Parts: sequence; structure tokens; C-alpha cells
Amino acid sequence: MIDNMETLMSILVGILFAIGTYLLLTKTLLRIILGTSIIGHGVNLLIITMGGLKTGGPPFLGRKETNFTDSLPQALLLTAVVINFATTALFLVLSYRAYKEMGTDDTEQLRGMGDE
Amino acid sequence: MPWLNMTIFIPFLFALLVPFIYKKFTPKIHTGWFVLVVPILIFIYLLTYIPAISNGKFIHSSLPWIPSYGINFTTYIDGLSLIFGLLITGIGTLVVLYSIFYLSKHREALNNFYVYLLLFMGAMLGLVFSDNVLVLYVFWELTSISSLLLIAYWYEREKSRYGAQKSMLITIFGGLAMLAGFIMLSIITDTYSIREMFTKVDSIVSHSLFLPAMLLVLLGAFTKSAQFPFSIWLPDAMEAPTPISAYLHSATMVKAGIYLVARMTPIFGGTAEWFWIVSGIGLITLLYGSVNAVRQTDLKALLAYSTISQLGLIMSLLGIGSAAMYFGIGDESEVYTVAILAAIFHLINHSTFKGCLFMVVGIIDHETGTRDIRKLGGLMNLMPVSFTLTIIGTFAMAGLPPFNGFLSKEMFLTAVLNVSQMSVFNMESLGSLFPIVAWIASIFTFVYSMILVFKTFRGKYRPERLEKKVHEAPIGMLLPPIVLASLVIGIFFFPNILSNYLLKPAVASILPSLAMGGEIYVKKISAWHGWNTELYMTIGIVVFGTLLYIYLRKWIRIYLFYPQSMTLNNMYNSGMEKSEDLFQSITNRYMTGSIRDYLVYIFAFIIFIIGGALWLLDGISFDHSQDASISVYEGGIVISMVISAVAVLLSNSRLTSIVAVGALGLLVSFLFVLFRAPDLALTQLVVETVTTALFLLCFYHLPQLRKEISKVRFKATNAIISIGVGVVVTIFALSVNGTKLFDSISSFYENSYELAGAQNIVNAILVDFRGIDTMLEILVLAIAGIGVYTLIKLRLSGGDENEGTK
Repeated sequence: MIDNMETLMSILVGILFAIGTYLLLTKTLLRIILGTSIIGHGVNLLIITMGGLKTGGPPFLGRKETNFTDSLPQALLLTAVVINFATTALFLVLSYRAYKEMGTDDTEQLRGMGDE
Repeated sequence: MPWLNMTIFIPFLFALLVPFIYKKFTPKIHTGWFVLVVPILIFIYLLTYIPAISNGKFIHSSLPWIPSYGINFTTYIDGLSLIFGLLITGIGTLVVLYSIFYLSKHREALNNFYVYLLLFMGAMLGLVFSDNVLVLYVFWELTSISSLLLIAYWYEREKSRYGAQKSMLITIFGGLAMLAGFIMLSIITDTYSIREMFTKVDSIVSHSLFLPAMLLVLLGAFTKSAQFPFSIWLPDAMEAPTPISAYLHSATMVKAGIYLVARMTPIFGGTAEWFWIVSGIGLITLLYGSVNAVRQTDLKALLAYSTISQLGLIMSLLGIGSAAMYFGIGDESEVYTVAILAAIFHLINHSTFKGCLFMVVGIIDHETGTRDIRKLGGLMNLMPVSFTLTIIGTFAMAGLPPFNGFLSKEMFLTAVLNVSQMSVFNMESLGSLFPIVAWIASIFTFVYSMILVFKTFRGKYRPERLEKKVHEAPIGMLLPPIVLASLVIGIFFFPNILSNYLLKPAVASILPSLAMGGEIYVKKISAWHGWNTELYMTIGIVVFGTLLYIYLRKWIRIYLFYPQSMTLNNMYNSGMEKSEDLFQSITNRYMTGSIRDYLVYIFAFIIFIIGGALWLLDGISFDHSQDASISVYEGGIVISMVISAVAVLLSNSRLTSIVAVGALGLLVSFLFVLFRAPDLALTQLVVETVTTALFLLCFYHLPQLRKEISKVRFKATNAIISIGVGVVVTIFALSVNGTKLFDSISSFYENSYELAGAQNIVNAILVDFRGIDTMLEILVLAIAGIGVYTLIKLRLSGGDENEGTK
């Protein structure tokens, strides 16, 4: 087997960031949110990768293994996932309201009034 | 609080009372009568210091303000500040008296006027009596602000607002430069006290910050005292009511810069740079002001340029006199001490005659309705008192006997003649320019003085051009200029009283290193000193000036050839306009209002700063010896993730994108399983499901138009930026992975059973070891929930209507 898991994950994170960035730079609101979602996945994977992968068993005591994977990044990630979910939900509903009020999802047309 | 410090605050405290007095007594009693008490009391109080000061004593008292920074409100009276204090309160008294008759209590907002005026008076007193440079700066800016308020007193006029803005921009620019200079000085000397700086002159001159500090302080002085080329604000400040022009823009505020130069002479004086900059700029200003005054047709503008010119004269004298510090105690320095004496003497003289002239011009304006020289004429018989006062003022200004201007002008000529003989500071080659410039400027001074008096009062009286029926002003209005005019004559006949009691201690405080035991050797001022070069020069001034005045019509056209676009005012105006346009266009170029552009800036920043820092600081390292192995499952999941992510990017339909993002989330949760993170996998699974449902909800509510088909259009810049971000993140991740500085602290949490009674380590961290994170995360969820609810439920009634109109 090839011993390059972290390297592979770093490249995957880079690809997710690149695709997420490209989506953020498009005009459609929905795609922008999809972009943030993909970047969110990239960040989560980055955090868990940086903690070192598969260095032991799952972080449960009372099992035969005495060697565990790093538990701290997992706790951090759990928080991050929930917060990410909360903000995504708010953002989605916000864009849904924007569609309703403005009748468009094109950010170029959501540029405010001329007298600004 | 000591009385000395109290005097500075009295005007401020009284300014608080003015609006109440105004409300209570208007229109029965003019508010000015109450205000009049303040300057009179302070004037009398300051007079009591004259005996002590003239005996060479200094008086100071200190109040702590910010003691931990060494900033104290220290009041310090010596000869120089006492003269200024007396001028401020003395002329202040006369100006308040004059304004009582000048401003109508029925038509004008007197409360504003006197509040601003008292504010200015207090600030000016604080400026001249402060020993601490930072306190001095505070009062300095207060004079700028109150001057702004006074210039724009008739704020409904556009010209007033223009003049006020211009003066504020220029003087505050200089004030800020001066603050920087003061801070540099305090860095060099480690003190904020001017008197303590005097004792450390040697370390200042040799310091590398000496020249920057000097230039910055001078910038402050030159902008405030309307020196070339910062003089342009003064003529526009003439939109202020005439009492203000007389007080601020001739007698007091414009002399704050003179005060600063005099005050700083012991620190910077005696060096070639100080000598050349101060005297050079002074002479240029003198010539510029007097030449430009001749072509003015508005009386106040003429007086404004004349003030600029006279300020230049005083400034050049201070520069010349600073040479005395170079020579030290001895016969040679006495020659230059005369220049300092002349500067202070002319400063007082100028305040008297210029204040008088402004008041007379105000009277003419008040009684005829115009200040235009072309409309005036033949007022001699109608306004005999004003005519006499004008004669006294202008002849003093032109430097004729028997008025005080003659004495100080003779001393000025003596000073420039002496300095042309000087053999240091490269004066051998350029020294002869000094008397020539001074002489030419004096001729022009003579010409405009004659224009002022004869074009206004002689010639034909043309009542049809005037709005009002002309008659002499009331006595109350005439009284202040009469007092000033009698001072003009009185000083001529008894100059040595003034010299002994006020001028000598002032000279001693400007040149402390030359004053032994507080005394300084100063020659007696005398009106007659034999047939010498100065007298011949004066005779020449009168002869040439008279000739020029008589043939004024023939040569005044020369001014027409002066290119209009080259005037300083034009440069200022077009500079303002162009800089506004420039910055507007720059801002418009990058603040496009498009989200995409701003995101481009942010991402470019990430690429260049993070990538650049990695590159420059040798942060890129690559070490995969610690890496885990890749199993078939993981390899397969990673490949599927890349495929689904690319599918999001390339899909034509939004539905495909949403499904692909959902697939991505599921794959992430599979990865979590493989990475031994069961809790994470669970949460991720649930969250992803809900998020996808939300995405679909949004998708369902999309506008009908263009619902299905909207392919992401390819853009090269976007692609380059995204690839850049991806590459930077990858390199960053690889470098972090390759640099393990120390072991993880997670082994501590493996005690979770002993410490927290939990077998699930991750859950123990979440609710026990790091419980606050979880609490706040719950708060985030709650806020998001409320936010979602509000967004859907809340409809402000006005909002929808607005949308309709837009």
C-alpha cells in the first residue's frame, strides 16, 4: 500500500477549495451557497487531516485498543459542522427571501439602487 | 485653582453663560455689554504682572492634567507671552466694544457670535501661556476651530463657507504637521515642557530628527501666520464680520505663528537652516503681500494682503535676529538683537494700526454699504473722524513719522542693512538681496497705503453709487479705533516706556542664552538718529512711492499680464477639484458594487499574502514519513468526491448540482467512518440530509425565468484565482503536515473516564472539558433558528410598498 494518506487528503482539500472558490465567483446565489458548502467540507477535512489520520482506534475507552486517534480535532469538528449547518440554513433562507422580494437570484442584479 | 490658570478658563466658562444671558436680556440689552467685562478684567489682571516681568522674573504655575504622561497644564508668563496676553485682551476689549455697535441686536445671532469669540479668546490665551507643547497644540487647534466658526458666522452665504473651509483645511494641515514636530522634539528631549527643552538645546541640534522637527514646526507657524505660499486663506477669511477680521485676522490669531517662531527660537535659532527658512520665507511673503495688495479693489482684501505682507516683515526680522544666537554674548550679537526687538515692536505696532484700520473700514462699510474702492470717494468731509483715523493708521503702516510704524520700519531697515554685512550662513553672496527686497516691498507698502486713504476719502463724492446716505458713525463705534490710533501716536513719542517694560523682557525671553540675569542689552529707541542710510532709504521710499501712486493709472495694467492660472488661489482650487475627481474615480474603479469583484480582492489577498509568506519565509516543507497508508476504500471515496465536486461545477442544471453536493457530504461522512470518528460521521450524515432538503426548498422557489438552464459560464480569471487558492491551500496543508513541532495534547483526554466518568472521549471533551464551546454553539443554532423564523414571518408594512415603487 502507498503511505500517502495525508498528502492525498491535502490535495483533495485543495481541489475542494478551488471548486468552492470558483462557485463563489459565479453570479447565481444558489451556486454561491453551494460553493460555501463545498469549502466547508474542505475545511472540515483539513482539520481532521491535520490531526493525523488513523493513528489508532476510535476514541472510545473500555475497548481492547489502548491507542486512539486524536480526539480533539473530532470535538472541534463536531462544533464546526453544527455551526456550519446553522449559518448555511440562515443563508439559504435569506436567499430564498431575496428571491421572493427581488425576483432574481443574479447577484449582478442585486446591487442596490443607483443613488447609493 | 491658581488665579493664573484660572484666567485662561474664564472666557470658556463665560462662553457657557452667554446663551442664557442672550435669552434673558435680548432685545433690551446688547449681549456684548456683558461679554465686555471678561477681556477688561483679564487685561487689568495681566497688567499687574508688568513690574515683575520687567524686572526679569518669570511666573509659572502648574496644574496636573495627565500626570502619568507628563502632560501638565503649565501656565508660564514671561515677556513674550505677556505682550501677547495684553494684545489679546486689550484688542479683545476694543473689538467687543466695537462689535456692540457694529452688530445689530435685532438681526444677528449674537449668542453664537460671542460664544465663538470667547472661545477664541480663551484658546488664544491658552496658546500663548502654555508651557507644555501638547497643551499648546490643543489650544492651537481650538483657535483654528473657533476661527472657522467665526469666518462662517453668516453661514448662509456661500463665500463665507468657502473661506471658512479653506482656512480650516490650511491651518489644520499646518497644525497637524506642527504636532508631529512637537512629538519629535519631545522624543529628542524626553520632555513636553518648552522651558525644559531650552536646557537641552545641544542634544537637539546634533540629533538626526532636528531638521524634520524644525520643518514641521515651521509648517505649523507658516500656515497659521499666512506666510507664502499658505497665505491664500487670509483674503478669503475676510468674509467674517469686520470685528472678527480686526481681531483674529490682523491682531491675534495670525500672530500665533509669529509667537511660535519666537518661542522656538531658543531651540532652533542660531542654525543656518532656521535663519534662511524663517527670514527667506518672511521676505518673500513681505514682497508678495505688498505687491498683491496694490491691485485689490476691496478694502478688506487690501488690508488682508497688507497683513500678509506685514507678517512676512515680522517673520523675516525673527529670522534675522536668530543669528544673534550664533554669535553668542558679545558686541556682534547686539546688532542682531535689534532685529528681535524690531520684530516685537512691529508686532505691537501692527496690531494697533491694523486693528484701527479694519475698524475704520468696517465703519465705512457700515455707513456706505460698500467696501469697493471703485465706488467710494470723497468721504473726507462727510466722515472727518474716520478720515483722521485712516490717515493715522495708513501713515503708520507706510512707515511715516510721527507714527509708530516709522520707528519699527527704521529698525527693520537697520536690521536688513546689518544682516547684509554678515559673513556667515552664505550671506556673503546673497546678503545684498535682503535690503533690496525690503526696500521694494516698502515702496509697494507705501503705494497701497496711499490708495487706501486717498481713493476712499479724496476724489469726487458719488452718492448715486452708494446704497445709503453717508454720515459719520456713532461715537461708540469710533471709540475703539480712536483708542488704537492714540496708541499709534503715543508709542511714537514715548517708545522707551514700552521698550523698558515690555519689549526688553520679550527680547530676553526670545534670546534667553544672551540674557544675563534676566537682563538684555537693548538700545534706546529714538525717532531721530542722524542722517544715516535708513533715513535715505525712507526718503527714497516716499519719493518713489509717491511717483508710483501718481502714475498708478499708467502701470496698474501690468497686473493684467499676471497669468490668472498661475495664481496660488487657482492652484489651490484646481488642486482641490482634481484631487476630488481623482479619488472619486479611483474609488469608483475598485468599489464596483459587485460581490464577485470584492471576492476576487479577498482571494487574491489570500493567494499573495499566505502564498507569499510561505514562499518568502521558507515555510514550504514536504515530509510524508508519518503519513498513514491509503486503503482501497479511501482511495475510492476520494476519487468519488472529486468526481461529485467536479459535477457540481460542470452541471447544467441546479438540481444536479444540489444532488452532487449532497453526495459530497455523504462521502465526507464515509471518510469520517474510515478515520475512526463515529460521532462525526453520524452528525455529518444528519446535517447533510437536512441541508440538502433546504437546498431543494430553495431550488423549488426559484424564479420561473431561467429555472433550469444556467450553466456556469467559464471565466479565465475566476479559474486562475480558484486554482491559485486551491494550490495555496494544498501547499499550506502539506507544509503543516510536514512540520510537527510537538506532540498532541490529546493524550490528556484519554483520562476522561477518571476525570469525567465518560468512556466516549469526544463527548467528554464536548460537554465536560470544553463545555463552553458547546454552549455557545447551541446559542449559534438558536440565533440561526430565530433568524430563519424572523426572515419568513416578519413583514414590515412599509417594506413591500417601497419595493413596489423601486
